[in-house]
Amino acid sequence: MLPNRLHAAWVVARRDFVAVVFSKAFIFFLLGPLFPILVGFFAGMIGASVKHDLDRAVVGIAMPAAQGDRLVAARAALVSAMPGGAPEFEVIARVQPGDRFDARAALKTRQLAAVVTGTLDAPVLTATEGRINDWRGMIALFAGRARDAAPAPLATVGTDVVVTSAANEHNGQVVTAQAGQLLLFLLTMLLAGMVLSNLVEEKANKIIEILAASIPMDALFMGKLFAMLAVSMVGIAVWGAGYGVLVVAGARSIPLLATPAVGWPLFLLLGFLYFAMAYLLLGSMFLAIGGMANTVREVQTLSMPATMMQLIVFFLASFALARPGSWLEWLAQVFPVSSPYAMLAYAAQNGSLLPHVIALAWQGTWVALMVRGGAMLFRRSVMKSGPARPRKRRAALA
Amino acid sequence: MGNEPDWAAIRAAKENSIVAEGLVKRFDGTTAVDGVNITVPRGTIYGVLGPNGAGKTTTLRMLLGIIDPDEGYRRVLGSERPTEVARRIGYLPEERGLYPSMKAFEAIAFLAALRGIPLIEGRQRALKMLEEYGLGHAAHRQIRQLSKGMAQQVQLIGTLIHNPELVVLDEPFSGLDALNQGRLEILIRDLAVRGATVLFSTHVIAHAERMCDEVAIIAGGKVPFAGPVDVARNRLRPQVRLETREADGRWRAALPADARCEKKMRGNTFWYFTLPESGVEPLLRALIEADAGIISLSIERAGLHDAFVAIAGEAAARALEQNREETETHAKKGRR
Repeated sequence: MLPNRLHAAWVVARRDFVAVVFSKAFIFFLLGPLFPILVGFFAGMIGASVKHDLDRAVVGIAMPAAQGDRLVAARAALVSAMPGGAPEFEVIARVQPGDRFDARAALKTRQLAAVVTGTLDAPVLTATEGRINDWRGMIALFAGRARDAAPAPLATVGTDVVVTSAANEHNGQVVTAQAGQLLLFLLTMLLAGMVLSNLVEEKANKIIEILAASIPMDALFMGKLFAMLAVSMVGIAVWGAGYGVLVVAGARSIPLLATPAVGWPLFLLLGFLYFAMAYLLLGSMFLAIGGMANTVREVQTLSMPATMMQLIVFFLASFALARPGSWLEWLAQVFPVSSPYAMLAYAAQNGSLLPHVIALAWQGTWVALMVRGGAMLFRRSVMKSGPARPRKRRAALA
Repeated sequence: MGNEPDWAAIRAAKENSIVAEGLVKRFDGTTAVDGVNITVPRGTIYGVLGPNGAGKTTTLRMLLGIIDPDEGYRRVLGSERPTEVARRIGYLPEERGLYPSMKAFEAIAFLAALRGIPLIEGRQRALKMLEEYGLGHAAHRQIRQLSKGMAQQVQLIGTLIHNPELVVLDEPFSGLDALNQGRLEILIRDLAVRGATVLFSTHVIAHAERMCDEVAIIAGGKVPFAGPVDVARNRLRPQVRLETREADGRWRAALPADARCEKKMRGNTFWYFTLPESGVEPLLRALIEADAGIISLSIERAGLHDAFVAIAGEAAARALEQNREETETHAKKGRR
């Protein structure tokens, strides 16, 4: 019976795969991620431009005669050594001895972030509290150097670069784990939703009854699930190739991540397997939920709670990542739908392989259970089937 | 199930394509099928006759394993799990459906693949059968580009592509024009000649009467009769139609009590009554001796319609007739 089921699943998977991949809509699906990237790119450019304009802070200097110029010169000399740079300095007034300069009025009337008055010996910084906290030390440093008639040159710091440290390596692996989880989540979120509308076609075209009469329902579910997984793989391959082209063309760079504990080849293999498991787990759930829908509109209504559920699963795994060894990490690893995320993070931080074998077997078992459960639910609620109770009769016949 | 099972019938299941005993199906508290017993011998054409909503489709679905019965026993092609023998069954549901973007021959090959035929072989068979059915020109057209009738024929070919032992057709004549109904009747008979068992549901008595070896009359989820069509008809005594010259006379005493005078034509009188248990000869003798002036006497065997009325009741017969009229109207609209 199992070969029959597998054959049936294969027939369904082949039909679905061909129907999806060779449809015009699939081209739009492949181009789908391009639109948010383009929108993000342009929004980022505009945002950066606006931020640059807003962040171009100018500090007005109102000091007696040459003192203001000396302060500007001191800034110019030290700005390259300042971490994060320093605001622009602009002499706005050369105050005569005995004159008072109204710094508050200047802040109201001119585009200034702060105003420095007083003398080099006793500078006064007028600004908002946040600016004062940020710049007080900087003004003191510049004023101190400006006071010195012949300032000493800055010392040259010798450097000794080490590749990594234990702390850096751990932090790097956490970042790799986070990146792996994020990529896994994005791909699953992008692709698993497709499964929601998967049975609507069969219902709308009234072919579901022929399928139900011809093959076991769980074979139908399995076939549909693996077809969409294969479609996802095609999508990932195309997007990956596209990114590769951009890297080769020099438009993008590969993000530098710390080597995961299991090594890159194994990490990538595990990433592939955990993606497949995450997809199959969520997909089987979505397939069962989506199977209840009769129209595309109903599927759209269902997609919101489905997305929310994906987010919750991701948050659980992300939250657990920062708490290694806690019950939360254990929960995330054991809870079937969050397990792939949590275990991928585990692979980034821990080199042992046995837990992955167990986790994959555990997740695979749940895929089978959920497909079986989903198929039963579908038969009961959609095909209007009740529980079979012919056992007594069979026993009597035996 | 309240009744004691028919053990003899169950033991004979191996010689029958289908044996169902006491099938019960409830939906949301409503009993759709209530203790259906059906035995379909191998190689017969078997009709499930009843009005819409009688439980025909639910019964067929249970027999095919699409849904499970709440109670009862079923054995199809020797298996208690119909899905395990699905590859030996061809099924045409009442609601026809195919993937609209598939080409006709691909759709048939897909249906064949579902029944275990390799894809390449399925394609070859599909092209051959499409040619045989006069649809060769449509083989490479998408289903959505075909007319409704052509799409139905494509689906029918898909039902038969794997040479099934058991062919189950749910209301196969609905939506077809008279010409295609005739073709389908020939096809069903050919299937039976080849040795296949054909089980079909219908609400058109004429189809069942013309084609079926056996019928199950279903009404309100129950099957009050299942067996050979002749047995159903023989449940009613034959009707006698007597034409006499005179309207009255001493010969009237020879007529049974239920005799009714229907009409007078050219001075002659027509009498209708049930043939007495004693047979036609004593009746004829009595009428001649009493000088009835017989113009003609004919004996009419009961039709399946009469049997249906007698077995399922007037209400079910009216519903059946109403369904038939609705279907014809629908088919005419569809053709327009």
